[in-house]
This record gives sequence, C-alpha cells and structure tokens, in this order.
Amino acid sequence: MGVDLHEVSLSYPGTDLVIDSLTAQIDDGEFVAVLGASGCGKSSLLNMIAGLLQPTSGWIEVPHDGAAFMFQDANLLPWLSAADNISLALKLGGHPADLRDARVAQLLNLVQLRHAGNKKPHELSGGMRQRVALARSLAQDRQVLLMDEPFAALDAITRDMLHEELHNLWQQTGKTIIFVTHNVREAIRLSERILVLSSHPGRILETRRISAQLRNDPAQSAALADELTTILRKEQRKHERTGAAG
Amino acid sequence: MSALAQQASPPTAKADKLRLPKTSLDSVLAPILTVIVLLSLWQIVSWVAPIRADLFPGPGAIMAKLPEILASGSLLGAVGTSLFRALSGFILAVLIATPLALLLAHRPLLRKGLGPLISAMQVLPSIAWVPAAIILFGLSNATIYMVLLLGAVPSIINGLLSGIDLIPPQYRALSQVLGADKRQHIWHVELPAALPGYVAGLRQGWAFAWRSLMAAELIAVGGSLSLGVGSLLQRGRDLADLPLVILVILVILFVGVLIELFCFAPVERKLLRDRGINRTGGKNV
Repeated sequence: MGVDLHEVSLSYPGTDLVIDSLTAQIDDGEFVAVLGASGCGKSSLLNMIAGLLQPTSGWIEVPHDGAAFMFQDANLLPWLSAADNISLALKLGGHPADLRDARVAQLLNLVQLRHAGNKKPHELSGGMRQRVALARSLAQDRQVLLMDEPFAALDAITRDMLHEELHNLWQQTGKTIIFVTHNVREAIRLSERILVLSSHPGRILETRRISAQLRNDPAQSAALADELTTILRKEQRKHERTGAAG
Repeated sequence: MSALAQQASPPTAKADKLRLPKTSLDSVLAPILTVIVLLSLWQIVSWVAPIRADLFPGPGAIMAKLPEILASGSLLGAVGTSLFRALSGFILAVLIATPLALLLAHRPLLRKGLGPLISAMQVLPSIAWVPAAIILFGLSNATIYMVLLLGAVPSIINGLLSGIDLIPPQYRALSQVLGADKRQHIWHVELPAALPGYVAGLRQGWAFAWRSLMAAELIAVGGSLSLGVGSLLQRGRDLADLPLVILVILVILFVGVLIELFCFAPVERKLLRDRGINRTGGKNV
C-alpha cells in the first residue's frame, strides 16, 4: 500500500493556508520527489503524512504501521553512539533484545558504516551522520520512508555518493519513498515521479514522470531541470511579491 | 567501504586533546598559587598589624589549632555527622524533586501555578526556615532535614525543568516517528537530553543543601542533635575562639570544594565530552 492524500489542506492558527486541497496518490514501491521553493509547505506536507501535524481538512491514508521519517538534519541523539541510535529505533519498534545487535550490524553494513558503530554523532562527518539517520529510518522497518531534504546540508561530492546509495537501497528494499527537496537535479536523479508544489499556498502545480531513459540522458535531464527551475523561480517570485504585498 | 565512509573526524577534537594538558595545568596551578599568595599576605599582615592576635589570627595560629581539635575527635566527628546529613538529605531531595519536576514539565497548568512559588522558594534564604522548623520539630534531625530539603529541592526542580525546556523540539518529533509512548519518550529521550540541565540543578541543589545544613546546624544546637560542623562554628563563637571559627569555616569550604571537584565537575565534564560540547557551550563538530 502506498500513500493517499485527498483534498488535504493545512493552515496554522492566525495564518493563511499553507497547503490547499492537495490530492495525490503515491503507489506502493514508488519513489516520488516533492519539489518546491523554500517555504511552499513541502516539509509541512511530509509532517502531515508522518502524523506530526494534523491536516485542517481532508484526509491522508498511510499503511497501518505508519511511515519512517528521515529528518533534514540527522537528528541523532548526541549521547548515543551511532549503533545505539539505530538500536533505539529497533527497541521502540518492539524488536526483541537478542536480535537487535545483529540487525544494527546489518544496517550499519548497509549504509557502509560498519566500523563507525561506536562513534558518537559529533565524531562523525555530516555525510556519516546522515547515513546513520538513514540506517535508523530503515530500522523502523516500515514500507513508507519519508525524507525531508536529508542531503541539503551536505557538500556536492557526499551528496552525489548518498544519491547513489539511496537509489540502490530503494531498488533493494522496494520501499515507497517520498523525498522532499528544493533541488531540481536531485529530484530528477532520484525519483520516478516529481510533484512540483506551488508557493503559498502549496498545491500540485505539475507532475512529471522520470523515465530511466530521461534520467540517463544528460541533455534531456538538463532540459527538464531548466524547465522545472523556471517554474520554481516564477513561484518563488510570486511568493515574494505576495509576501511583500501582505 | 566507500571513500566517504572513511572520512576522518573533524580536526578540532585532536587539537582540543593536544591543548588539554596545558589547560588542565593552568586551571590547577592558578588557584593554588592564588591561595598561597593570599595566605602569605594574611600571615604577614597578622604579624605586622597592630591588632590583638586573638582578634586577627594568622594562618599559622589557625593551623596550630588543628592538631588539638583533631585529637579531641570533635572535628572529624562533626564533619562525619554533617556529611551524612548532607548526603542523605541530598539523596532525599533528589528523590522528591525529580518526579515533581517531571510532573510539572508535563502538566503546564500545574507548572503555571507552582512554578513561581518554587522559584520564590529558591530566592528565600533557607536560614529563614530554621525557627519555623524548630517550632514544628524541636531540636531534632527532622528540623535539619526540613531546612535542607527546602533549600535543595527547588534548585533541583528548576534545573531539571530548564533542562527539559531546552530540549530541541525535533527530539519530540523523533520520538513520535520512532513510535515511542510517553513513558518511553521520557526515559529514552527526555531525561537523557535534559541531563546537562539536571546536573547543573543537582550541583546547585548540593550547594544549597550544604549551605542550608550549615545554617540549620548553626542555630539548632542541643536537644537530640549530634554535633555538626555548623554547631562547631557556634561553639567557637560561644568560646570567643576565632581561630576555631576560621578553621571550621575553612573546613566547610574544603568539603564543599572537594565534593565539587571530585563529584560534580567530573560528571559534568564527561557529560559534555560525550555530547561533543566544549565548556564554552559550543559544539566540537
């Protein structure tokens, strides 16, 4: 089962609409990127799917066990080692204590950190912290994985490597991934489908399917990136004008 | 392993380790030298100043008192009594304050009602409770413990509360997405995250407990009460024995500093080091 969003709206008390009547269906095993300019409500949308925010109206259907979530900053608990951060997710998910260590080792291996399990978050680089966060979200063992701009703060080389690893992980696990980003090239590189959100309030402005052929053709993907960037710039300008007028 | 996974830790940690020995040496040597200089000045002034020796004893005269009071056993006995009271009272204060702080943190209305009262109690000098405690419990240990608890509990409550207040909101979101219930959130996330604030509160609570104890022992003397360090201070006053009074003050200070140096400071250092926080509050990242 994927994720269904039906006429979902969100407004905070005393503010205008953040999300307006958004309807979308994300299929089981699909990798969808939600693309939008800063402040368009894409993180709020993800928080609603995760159950961290309640929609003002409309409904959201997610699998009965909920969705795993990967935060923009790794959000690791600084007093726990990398392994213990992952183990906590297993513990809270009800995994038996005697199976946890083996699963932690397996997950650390999966994110290529098998020798860093004992390190505390402050002893890890930004990329390594995000890998631990990814392993922790995989430890939740849920079919749906929500990712809120997880690589935004990383340097280009690290981001590039993590893109590749995430893509491999998705193919291995068949998870449904909803990936929020403002980076057009990241969205094209990773996803099968891109939902472009309008700014203020957030609505689905465009939906684009990304075929393997398009992704692997530099000319085609560059053309799409230019097109989507133009849309986002227009939205951003509109948002700034609205903000200035408001 | 990929090249990225092998990235080294940031260089700051190594640099800090290299600087540490000099910093530690400075932080030990500087106060010792200061004390030596002050004691020397005090001794010189006591020699040359035209003041009666019993009204302005120098460090030498005070230290000369030490063998006598040690031989009588009264100093060690009093220190033992006071330390036992302070430690048992402090443990009791922690057992009372911790659940109370957690309750206040999760019951906003209760906190709105009780929070200002607890902060006000922290401002009130604990010596003010001594007469009331004597009226209620007479000259007994209950009087001492009442004053000590009223001194220590508010600090510990406020320490834990401020630790909880400073927890980044994303930890609550993390607990939620990991499926933690309230009890699991408190145990696995909230309490460990609030630990630096809690330890600061415990530290302050200990200081208040020790001060309150001295105030109580100073006033509540006799009855079924054993002789504590505060009572020894009162005895020095009754005998107009200034060297004894100053010696006891130094002992009170010494015990306080020892507890600080060997209990709270190492715990706090380890806590900050484990979280990659340096002593100025920045992160070693």
